[in-house]
Amino acid sequence: MKKLPLSAGMMLPFVGLLFVILLFTILIAIFEPDSLEAFLSVRNLQTLLMQSVIVGIAALGMTLVIISGGIDLSVGSMVALATVVVASVIDFGASGSYGTEWTVTPVWVLLGIGAAILCCALVGFINGFVSAKFKIVPFIATLGMMQVARGCAKWFAGNEMVRTPDNFLQSFMDPQPAQSWLIFAPGVWIMAILAIVVAITLRYTVFGRYTYAIGSNENTARLCGISVGKFRILIYSLCGALTGIAGVMQYATLGSGNPTEAVGLELDIIAAVVIGGGSLDGGEGSALGTLLGALMLLVLRNGCVMLGVPSYVQNIILGSIIVIAAGIDRLKHR
Amino acid sequence: MSEALLQVRGVHKRFGPVHALKGVDLDIYPGEVHALIGENGAGKSTLMKVLSGAHRPDEGEITFAGKPFVPENPQHARESGIAMIYQELTLAPHLTIEENITLGMEDSRYGFVQHRDQAVQETLELLGQKSLHPRTSVGSLPIGTRQLIEIARAIVNNARVVILDEPTSSLSVENTQALFRVIRKLRAKGIALVYISHFLEEVQQISDRYTVLRDGATAGSGLIPEITIPSIIKMMVGRSLTDMYPKTDHIIGEKVLAVENLSGTPWPKNVSFTLRQGEIMGIFGLVGAGRSETMRCIFGLDEKISGEVYLKDRSIKHRINPKNSLKTGIDFLSEDRGKEGLAQRMSIAANTTLSALRKTSTKGFINLIAEQLVSQKWRDFMKTKCHRVTDPVSSLSGGNQQKVAFSRILHHGSEIVILDEPTRGIDVGSKSEIYGHIQKMASKGKALIVISSYLPELQGVCDTIGVMYRGILSPVKTVEEWTEHDIMAFATTGTTSQEETTIPQLSDL
Repeated sequence: MKKLPLSAGMMLPFVGLLFVILLFTILIAIFEPDSLEAFLSVRNLQTLLMQSVIVGIAALGMTLVIISGGIDLSVGSMVALATVVVASVIDFGASGSYGTEWTVTPVWVLLGIGAAILCCALVGFINGFVSAKFKIVPFIATLGMMQVARGCAKWFAGNEMVRTPDNFLQSFMDPQPAQSWLIFAPGVWIMAILAIVVAITLRYTVFGRYTYAIGSNENTARLCGISVGKFRILIYSLCGALTGIAGVMQYATLGSGNPTEAVGLELDIIAAVVIGGGSLDGGEGSALGTLLGALMLLVLRNGCVMLGVPSYVQNIILGSIIVIAAGIDRLKHR
Repeated sequence: MSEALLQVRGVHKRFGPVHALKGVDLDIYPGEVHALIGENGAGKSTLMKVLSGAHRPDEGEITFAGKPFVPENPQHARESGIAMIYQELTLAPHLTIEENITLGMEDSRYGFVQHRDQAVQETLELLGQKSLHPRTSVGSLPIGTRQLIEIARAIVNNARVVILDEPTSSLSVENTQALFRVIRKLRAKGIALVYISHFLEEVQQISDRYTVLRDGATAGSGLIPEITIPSIIKMMVGRSLTDMYPKTDHIIGEKVLAVENLSGTPWPKNVSFTLRQGEIMGIFGLVGAGRSETMRCIFGLDEKISGEVYLKDRSIKHRINPKNSLKTGIDFLSEDRGKEGLAQRMSIAANTTLSALRKTSTKGFINLIAEQLVSQKWRDFMKTKCHRVTDPVSSLSGGNQQKVAFSRILHHGSEIVILDEPTRGIDVGSKSEIYGHIQKMASKGKALIVISSYLPELQGVCDTIGVMYRGILSPVKTVEEWTEHDIMAFATTGTTSQEETTIPQLSDL
């Protein structure tokens, strides 16, 4: 039984990303030479990275879940729920009225952020609890939650957009930040810090080791005295919290809470993890790989737009890449 | 006697270095029940897999109905008239009785399935199951009835030889008797039945003739009325011990573990024993006797229904689960390295330290260097052959994987260690090394329980032996106090008395 060493497994998403960048550079140079400069510009990089923040942060949480052998289909709905929660809290704390002198103090914004993250962590907790205690497969448990969370988001928002006064959060997702020394949007840096935290957690903590162990072989984990159910719940809660942060970033982009936002986003998030080397069989995946996967998805979209490729072709290419990534995973384990 | 329907002569089968069949002879006549008897690993399953087309023989001749016969694949064997009914039933629970019976052999017209309710109904009647409707879904039927459906499948497809592999291991007494009635009916129809069973009193009750396999070869055959159970047992075990059991002196001390009236579903049944410091206790029994289940109850992998477990003299008050057991100093080696024992995709180092991560971590952070160092230490101690301890466990051979599983137990350092089939599927060299490690652990004062289906290894490595039969445990006696015959007798009949081999009482089951 030959198997690629772990480092080579990590290399794959990296090589994949470089390949995609190179491929599009060549294609654009041939077919749309006028766009080449724009494609390779710093400005485009700034935009690309900013656009990857929401999927990237949520995918970090999904990485934990997928390594543990689970799946969470409710993350898209959770993002929408988070935008509604953060917007509602800010709206509640705002002084003045819409149109004139409508302001909010940063305290209320921070409260809103906290509430959104907590709310999504609770959704994740329920996901973990239902699948661990009632032995309902995560696919079904989170498929149900996908509807429930979406419904709650619409309910909390009164089935419409929740408008808020402008606040500091909007600057988080500005591709060209006001503080030019930051180079990238603050959201990008938040994503980078979270990625480092998740990477360290996975590699150097007992919790991370148990996450791999549960995904690699749940029976072995139980045999070795790991409380599998307890850790499952914790993993889903953390995924929820990270998705909550992604939701706050979504709010920052929109400037309002929108319960119908982020439909189907869970598929992009799962795709990022799988392209990044995560295995749906569990036991494999990495924070860095996931970020590279998320970037690859965006470069693809961005490149296609620059090439003027219709969106349906983008769908076809994207879908194929996901299946190819999973196929490579199979080959690795033959 | 008439011509043999199925004749096997000098069949050999090798799997790499393992010589599983070393010249088997077998004659099956039409209209007889032929018992195939042998210890675990004697070659029964391999022989049956050859006959049913799952394996191809390396040497030897098989004739079926007077013509040379080498089944290409299970489909071919089935179409030729040899039906295999496995221990684990192979019915699709969501399909109906009729659909299951005709599965893979449907009559069709223009691609549409033609139901054969008529034929199925007739067969069910033959089997004494008039009340069953062919359109009932199989999932709703009790296990005993499902087995009859499997047999019905064989009959509907015109099988001439029906092989039953341990058909009664999961059946109650009543269901067993019902099965026997069916077997007798089939025999009367001229069908030949091969009956594989560990339970000798059943064999005596139902069979006409027998063939005993030992170490891959035929040890004897003849008519059932002409032989006694003790003689069959003698035929099964008559072999020599090879010197592969290194001994280390160890002193048996204080009592460390006591189990009283432990029961679970379906096994164990009121099991009681005590284990002392430095003692190596063997648990013998045939597959399905409830040995693993008993030990898994004690460790907490399976749920117990009733009974008490005492550590030293204290009754265990906390919930029995693996986490608490490890905390109180009980460790368990799983019989299945692939599905349970080891996380195959994880590294050797991660597997070694998984049950005692506390030892190489501070405040939740793992010290990867310390982890590598201790893993290398255990690798050297166990003489595990691997390139790096960061390699995945799946890259190792079976014997080396088992050494990683042992490393984990040694690293955790529990005082009581339960080893379930510690030498299953590993090469002879590694086996001997593992026996040596078991002895060394006992000499360090650990108390060990070794479950095995291979009697010589228990006799070679253990101080005391207990035998299990259908969930009950015999008195635990020293190796010297047991005779091989008594062990085999208890394992196959639930009693050691040689004269009376009665059918076990309901209360025992």
